[in-house]
Amino acid sequence: MSTPKIVAVAVAISLLGSAFGQSTARAEGPNLGKPINHADVAAWDISILPDGTGLPSGSGTAADGAKIYAEKCSACHGDNGKGGINGSVVGGGPLDRIEAVKTIANFWGYPTTLFDFIRRAMPWPEPRTLANEEVYALVAYIFAQNKLIGENDVMNAQTLPKVKMPNRAGFIIRFPDQI
Amino acid sequence: MTARVRRPKGRSLEPVAGNGLINRRALLGRGAIFAGALGMGVESTMASAAAEPLTDDPWSLEPGAIVPSYQLPSRFEKNVVRTLSNPKGEPRTSHARTPHHLLAGTITPNGLHFTIVHAGIPDIEPEQHRLVIHGLVKRPLVFTLETIERYPMTSRISFLECGGNSAPMFSNEPIQASVQALHGLVSCAEWTGVRLSILLEEAGIEPTAKWLIAEGADAPALSRSVPLKKGLDDAMIAIYQNGERLMPGNGYPMRLLLPGYEGNMNVKYLRRLKLTDQPAMSYYETRTYSPILPNEKAYRFYFLQEVKSFITHPSFGQKLTEPSLYEISGVAYSGTGRISKVMVSADGGKSWAQAALQAPVLSKAFTRFRMPWRWDGGPAILQSRAWDEAGNVQPTRAQIVAERGETKTVPNVLGFPSQHFNGVTSWSVERNGEVKHVYA
Repeated sequence: MSTPKIVAVAVAISLLGSAFGQSTARAEGPNLGKPINHADVAAWDISILPDGTGLPSGSGTAADGAKIYAEKCSACHGDNGKGGINGSVVGGGPLDRIEAVKTIANFWGYPTTLFDFIRRAMPWPEPRTLANEEVYALVAYIFAQNKLIGENDVMNAQTLPKVKMPNRAGFIIRFPDQI
Repeated sequence: MTARVRRPKGRSLEPVAGNGLINRRALLGRGAIFAGALGMGVESTMASAAAEPLTDDPWSLEPGAIVPSYQLPSRFEKNVVRTLSNPKGEPRTSHARTPHHLLAGTITPNGLHFTIVHAGIPDIEPEQHRLVIHGLVKRPLVFTLETIERYPMTSRISFLECGGNSAPMFSNEPIQASVQALHGLVSCAEWTGVRLSILLEEAGIEPTAKWLIAEGADAPALSRSVPLKKGLDDAMIAIYQNGERLMPGNGYPMRLLLPGYEGNMNVKYLRRLKLTDQPAMSYYETRTYSPILPNEKAYRFYFLQEVKSFITHPSFGQKLTEPSLYEISGVAYSGTGRISKVMVSADGGKSWAQAALQAPVLSKAFTRFRMPWRWDGGPAILQSRAWDEAGNVQPTRAQIVAERGETKTVPNVLGFPSQHFNGVTSWSVERNGEVKHVYA
């Protein structure tokens, strides 16, 4: 590649600049990105923020979640959320050693992380195949099994971000000056 | 020979620290001095018997092999490979570690660059790949690989290190494992691509944006929050690695490169950058790469790969054949800038001498250090310790343990009892020439 190509780009930029002056108000650059509207990004826009931004409509309960869990999750995470080749999602000991196993109940600081991670990455063989209702139900089931919510509590965009995580205050920002 | 003139008599091999460390000037482009001094009566076991007569070997007496379109190393180098943590592709993370003890210089060959993937390597068709920049921007934009390629490019040499590299060093007892097993999740390459700031500015950054959430096109849609400040500093959308396209295990067709930041944040298969006013608190940032501290708190947003060095030659698993002159050599690097100094000890830290730094010494890149050493056949403990230009000092292991703790039981060498270990590694050279891993 392409010293000539880069030179051509640079020349094009400078020609554009002189032809249109500052009227384009664009940053200097080739401006080769295609505009896209929010609706067309939606299928990829799966980030859930800790304040609940991004949570979809829908809801789920632990009872619904238990069935989905048994079918799609227990092979790796154990029956009822304990054991399994890829770690328990229920329970957790004290953080009394640096190598303590980090669990949802003993470590995770934000309830939204669970929805975000299940929806984007689980189940392992077929990620992003769960419906939003199924994700809410699984979140409700896992939080209920961990006694972080009641058995009958409904998880939705309003209730989920309010779940109190025991280790919420357990973190120290390592290098604040980097942020 | 001018070597004689340049060398003040008796100085080039002067001991500079205990147990055989020799002034690094003996190495600075003056091999003639080194060799000459050897012949001048420094104790040496150079063979006294004459060499065998020279003859032609069979491969010299016939035409060789057909030239391949993409060449691979000699078949005699077949042991120079990465070690795999998950060779059967079980449903878990896979790690491939760089064999630092079998490499020299500072650039990791692409086939040996470390790889970590959390759900396999995606087989991405480059024409179908898209990168979208959206969120708190004035103009959400989509880029194809073809459009990214038409931007002005920049290249930089940068190390890339997993936040969990060197995790076995947190073990309460030294694990007998190679530098590949202990430190193989760091590599260094020349990356070429487009400065991220150009693309962000074209999209138009809203004043409320403080973070960018980067996401990959791999199965787990791996997602990390990056301070926008870093994105506007030296971040790059990398598409070339050591001159050729990114390896599939390193992010083909494009990845985020954040020089000096923990590997996991350098999102591979990059497909989406969302500008936000807050971090996502994603799985990997609030769980995996948040190390637990002895006070039961945990560090969050560690980000920086701090100043570090380790000796690659000699190192665990190698054997010194006989007392003689050797070169101690290794790599040093810092996520905050250039390496300013590397000190080496051959007596377990009682005395230290400054190593020679091989040029070029680049910011946030591997720097190769070298130290001449005369092994007299007795026990020796080799250590290296690095400084960076910001004044950061690589801690001893004892200092790390005092602040960060150590395990209560010996962990699996493939495990990650904690993250972000940048302390000193100690290799013990035994009387029989074998090299062991020790804490000293």
